[in-house]
Amino acid sequence: MDIFDILLSASFWAAAIRIASPLIFATLGELICERAGVLNLGIEGIMVAGAFAGWMAVYSGLGLWPGVAVAMVVGMGFGAVHSLLTVPFGLSQHVVGLGVTLLATSSTYYAYRLALPEVTSPPKIMAFKPWEIPLLSDIPLIGPALFSQTPLTYLAFILVGVVSLVLYRTPLGLALRAAGENPAAVAAQGLSVTGLRMGAVIVGSGLMAVGGAFLTMSAFDSFFFEMVNGRGWICIALVVFGAWKPGKALLGAVLFAAFDALQIRVQQTPLGADIPYQIFLMTPYVLSILALIVMSRRAEVPAALMVAFNKGER
Amino acid sequence: MRLEPIANPSLARSTLPPMLAIVATVVVASLLAMLAGANPFAVLGLILKGAAGSQFAVLETLNRATPLIFTGLAVAVAFRARLWNIGAEAQLYAGALMTVVLGTGVLSWPAAALLPTLVLVSMLAGAVVLLIPALLKVRFGVDEVVTTLLFNFIFLLFISLLLEGPLKDPMGMGWPKSERLIAEARLPRLIEGLRLHWGFALALIAAGLVWLVERRTTLGYEMRAVGLNREAARFAGIPVNAVLIKTALLSGGLAALAGFSEVAGVKGSLTLDLSPGFGYTGIIVAMLALLNPLGVIAAALFVAGIFVGADSMSRAVGVPTYLADIMLATALLLMVLAILLTRFRVVRE
Amino acid sequence: MTGADTAQVVLRLDRITKRFGALTANDAVSLDLRRGEVVALLGENGAGKTTLMNILFGQYTADEGQVMVMGRALPPGNPRAALEAGVGMVHQHFTLADNLTVLDNVTLGTEPLWRWRSDTAAARAKIAKLSADFHLAVDPDARVGSLTVGERQRVEILKALYREARILILDEPTAVLTPQETDDLFATLREAVAKGLSIVFISHKLHEVMDIAHRVVILHHGKVVAEMATTDTDRHALAAAMVGSEVSAPRVAPGTPGAPLLQLHAVTTPDQGSAPGLKSVTLSLRAGQITGLAGVSGNGQAALADLIAGLSVPASGRLDLGEADLAQWSPRAAVEHGIARIPEDRHKTGTIADFSLTENAILESYHKPPMSRAGWMNWPRAEAETQAIIKGYDIRCPGPDTRIRLLSGGNMQKLILGRVLEANPCIILANQPVRGLDIGAVNYVHEQLLKARDRGAAVLLISEDLDEIMALSDVIHVMSEGRLSPEFARGTMTPAALGVWMAGHGFDEGLAHAS
Repeated sequence: MDIFDILLSASFWAAAIRIASPLIFATLGELICERAGVLNLGIEGIMVAGAFAGWMAVYSGLGLWPGVAVAMVVGMGFGAVHSLLTVPFGLSQHVVGLGVTLLATSSTYYAYRLALPEVTSPPKIMAFKPWEIPLLSDIPLIGPALFSQTPLTYLAFILVGVVSLVLYRTPLGLALRAAGENPAAVAAQGLSVTGLRMGAVIVGSGLMAVGGAFLTMSAFDSFFFEMVNGRGWICIALVVFGAWKPGKALLGAVLFAAFDALQIRVQQTPLGADIPYQIFLMTPYVLSILALIVMSRRAEVPAALMVAFNKGER
Repeated sequence: MRLEPIANPSLARSTLPPMLAIVATVVVASLLAMLAGANPFAVLGLILKGAAGSQFAVLETLNRATPLIFTGLAVAVAFRARLWNIGAEAQLYAGALMTVVLGTGVLSWPAAALLPTLVLVSMLAGAVVLLIPALLKVRFGVDEVVTTLLFNFIFLLFISLLLEGPLKDPMGMGWPKSERLIAEARLPRLIEGLRLHWGFALALIAAGLVWLVERRTTLGYEMRAVGLNREAARFAGIPVNAVLIKTALLSGGLAALAGFSEVAGVKGSLTLDLSPGFGYTGIIVAMLALLNPLGVIAAALFVAGIFVGADSMSRAVGVPTYLADIMLATALLLMVLAILLTRFRVVRE
Repeated sequence: MTGADTAQVVLRLDRITKRFGALTANDAVSLDLRRGEVVALLGENGAGKTTLMNILFGQYTADEGQVMVMGRALPPGNPRAALEAGVGMVHQHFTLADNLTVLDNVTLGTEPLWRWRSDTAAARAKIAKLSADFHLAVDPDARVGSLTVGERQRVEILKALYREARILILDEPTAVLTPQETDDLFATLREAVAKGLSIVFISHKLHEVMDIAHRVVILHHGKVVAEMATTDTDRHALAAAMVGSEVSAPRVAPGTPGAPLLQLHAVTTPDQGSAPGLKSVTLSLRAGQITGLAGVSGNGQAALADLIAGLSVPASGRLDLGEADLAQWSPRAAVEHGIARIPEDRHKTGTIADFSLTENAILESYHKPPMSRAGWMNWPRAEAETQAIIKGYDIRCPGPDTRIRLLSGGNMQKLILGRVLEANPCIILANQPVRGLDIGAVNYVHEQLLKARDRGAAVLLISEDLDEIMALSDVIHVMSEGRLSPEFARGTMTPAALGVWMAGHGFDEGLAHAS
C-alpha cells in the first residue's frame, strides 16, 4: 500500500480525527489559560487525572456523561490549585505547573493503587460508541471519517466554535484576551484580573481533563500508566503552532494527528518494517519541536503571558 | 488581596512559613495514609525508619541521593540563569549512554585513566543534548521548557532503539539491556565493605565546585545577572546568549554525571529503567534548595530519604509508594508559597 | 467660569491618610471639586499625588478618611464603584492593550460579562458621537499599538467619556505631548468642562496649571500645604509652595564647544515594531557641549539611544568615534570607547533589583582587572570601589550589601551616575536622566551633567521635558518619526517653534530653514 492509498482511505482520516480529539480538548484548555496570561504546565498531569477520574467514575457505576463531568470537575480542582498559586500569589508558572503535573500524576497513581490493589491488568468499561450521523455519514470518504465518530469527538469540534465565539464575540472573551495582553487595562476598567485569570485556568484545566478522559472513555476503554505519554506537552506546542487561535489550533491538531496516524500505517508497510519502530514513535515529538521552530518568529504571543499582576505594585 | 513587600522580615517571618509548609506536607501525607486504611503515625514512623533507621537505611538514602544531587545541581544552575532545563532526564541518559559505549571494553585502560575519561565524555554528551534546545532558544526564540520536555521522550526512544540494536547485550536473553561495564569502568566503594560508591563523593565535590563557580567567578556573576534581569544584563554588556549557552553546557554536563554515576556506581549496565525520573525529581531538589548548590545536597538527602523510606514503608504496610511523590509535590508547591510569604505580607483590600 | 464657586460639590476627599510601612504618602489630605471646575493637584515627584488619585479610584484603600462622590461615600478599594459613580481616570502610564483595537479597549468591561454577543454597532455609534462632540478623532478599528502617543491619550479620554464619567482625573497628561497636542487636549478639556464635567488635573508644570485650572491644591510630602485660586497667584508663588523651600536650580553657563567626539553620518536603523528606527540621521556631539534631543516619546529616541549605547548597529550610514574601529559594536565596545550610558529605565535596564549595590556598581567592569582576574572575581576590591561611589555621590543606603531594590529612585540614579562617571567618560548618553526624581535629585543629576560637560565631555541629553532640554542644552535637535531636525543654537527657538518640529513639520523643507 503506498502513501497515496493511505491518504485516500476513510479509515485513515477517521483515525486521524480520533487521535486529534483529545489533543483538541487539551489544546483549547491550554489556549484559554494562555490567552488570559497564564502558562499551565499542569496540563500533562491534569490529563492523567482526567483520564483516570472519568474511567473510574464509569467503572464505579456512573453513566458515561456523568463520568466526563467527574473528569472535568477533577481537572478544575487541580486548575484551582494552579491558579491560586500563580494568580493571586504570582508564583513562577513554570515551577507551579510542573508541581501540579507531579501532584496530579502521583495522586492519580496513588488513587489507582488504592482503588484496585490486587489487579494486574486494569478492568475495561463500556466506552463511548460511535454515533453515525444520519445522511452525513453516508457521504463517501468524508462520512466515515468525520461523521461516524464518538460523541466526545463531536463535542471537541463544537467546542472549537464555542471557544472562538466566546473569545472574539462576547464581552467575557474580550476581557479574557485583555487580561492576557495588559492586565492593568482590565483593572482600570473595574474588572478583576484575578477573577478572570483564575476562572480561565480553572475552566481550561477542566477541558484538559476531558481531553484525558477521551483516552480512557472513547479512544480506549481502560486506564494505563504512562497513557498520556507527553500529549500534554505536545498540546502546549500546538497552542504556539496555532498562534493562540482556536481555529488554527484545531487545524494543527488534525494535521499533527494525521502524521501520527500515517506513521502507524507506514509502520505496517514493508518499507516501515525495516525501520526501527522507535523512529516512528519519535515523530510526534520531533514534529512538535519543528512546529515550534517554524512558528517561533511569527507567533503573536499574548503580551502579558507569564507576567504576574499584582495591583499593589508600586 | 495584594502582596506588600516586607523590608526587614523578622525571624518569625522568615522561619515560620517554611516550617508550616513542612508540617502541612506531613498532615497531607497522614490524611492520605488514613485514606489507605493505615495508621498515619505508623506510616510516618516507618518512612523515617526506612530512611535513616539503620546503617543500611542511611547508605540506601545516600546512594539514592547521589543522582539527585547531580540532577538537582543541573537544574539549580540552569534555573539560576533562568534557563528552564526540564530535560535533565535526557541528559542523564546521555551520560549513561557514553559510559556504556566506552566502558564496556572499547577502551581497555586502567581505572585511573578510564574513569576520568568516562566522566568527561559523559559530561560532554549531556552538554550537547542540552545545547540543542539552548541554541534553539537563543537563535529562534523557541521556549526551552517544551523543547527540553519533548527531548526527554525523544532521547528515551533513542536509547530504546540502541538497546534493541547496536548496544544490545547478546547474553541478555532478549532484554533490551547493554553489556556490562568492565571492572576498570566501575566506581569503587567509598569505604571497603559499605554499599556506598565514589559517585557520592563526586557529587559532593561537584556541589562544592558549582558553589565556587556561582559565588567567585565571573561566569557565576554573569549567570546570576542574566537570571535576574536579562535586559539589564544585556545593556551592561554581558553577552547574554553566550552565558546561556555556557550555562546549558554546565547544566547538561552535571545531569549527565547522574547517568554516569548510576551506571558505573550501581547498575553496571544500561537499561531503560535506569532512572525512575531522577531528572524530574532534580527540579524538586533544586527548588527545595532555593537553587543554592550546597542546599542541593541537603534537599537531595531529604528527597531521597522520603523515597527510600516510602519504599520500605510500602513493603511493610502496603500503602502505595506514590505517597512519596505526593509528599514531594505538596512540599514543592507549599515551599515556593512559603518562601514568598517570608518576603511579602498578604494585605486584604 | 466664576460660577464654579457656588456650584455643587461633585467630589470630596475627606482627610485621606495612606501609609506604606514607615512612609506616610498622604497625610489627612482633603479636597473639594465642584461641578464644571478644573482643580489642579500640584506637587513634585513623590509628593503623594498619584497615591491620592489611586485611592480615589479604588486601587488603594486609604488607612483613614473617605471619598465622597455626588455626596455619597465610595466603598474603599473598589475601582468598579468609582467607575460607576462617574469617575474616569487617565493614568500617566496608559492602561491600554496594544494588540486590541480602539473599540475593544473602549468597550472593555462596559457590558455585563455574561452575554452572548457584544453590541459593537451601538458601541461604534456612541464612540463616533463622542469623538465628534469632544474633538477626539480616532479610528475605532485601529490597533492601539499603531497609534501615536497623542492618539492613545484620546482613547483613554474616550474610555472615560464612554462610561459617562462626570469627573475626569488626568495624571500628568501633558508629559508625553507636543505643545500643540497639549493645546488640543486643553481645548477638549474646556469643551468637557463647558458640558458640566469636572476635572482633577495632576501636574508639576506650573504654566499649564495656570492655563487650565481654576483652583490649585499643592501637595508637599503628602500634606496639603496650600490651596488657592489661579486668579490669586502666580507661578513663583506656586513654585515656592510646591518645593517647600527655595531650591535653586543649577546656574547654566553656556559651554565651550570643542571637537566632535561622536558623529553619525546618514545612519538608518530598522523600525522595531511600532517604534520607528532612525531615518538617515546625521548628528555630531561636540566636546564641552550638551546636545539636547527633544521630541515626543516613541519617535526614534530609543533607536538613537540604543545605537549609541551599543545595543544596535547602523543598517546603513556610519557611526564615527574618532579613529576607533567599530566593526564590533556592542554595549561593551561602547563602554570601552568611553561612552557613559544612563538608560531610560533605571529599574528595568539600569540596575538589577535583587543585586546588591556592589554587584550593580560593577555591571560594566566586572570582566576585567581590577574587578576580576582570569575569571575570578575580586569581591573586596569591588566593595571598596562601591564604598567610594556611595561616598562620592552621596548615596543614602545602609551599605554596599543592600539590595538596590530598597533604594529610592534618586539614590538608584546616583549609583548609576557613579558607575558610569567614575571612568571619566568622554561621551555621556543621558536618556531621561531625571524622570520621576524629586527636585533635589533632579538638580543633583543636572549638576553632574554640567560638571562633566565643563570637564570636556560631550553630553547627549534625551528628554520629553522641553523645559529641561531648553534649560540645559547648548544646542538642540528635535526628533520626529526617526528623523532628526537641524541643530538649533541655545536661545534661538521658542517652545512653540520646537513644538512645530516635534509634531513632524518642517523636516522636508527643514534644510532650507537650518542655520
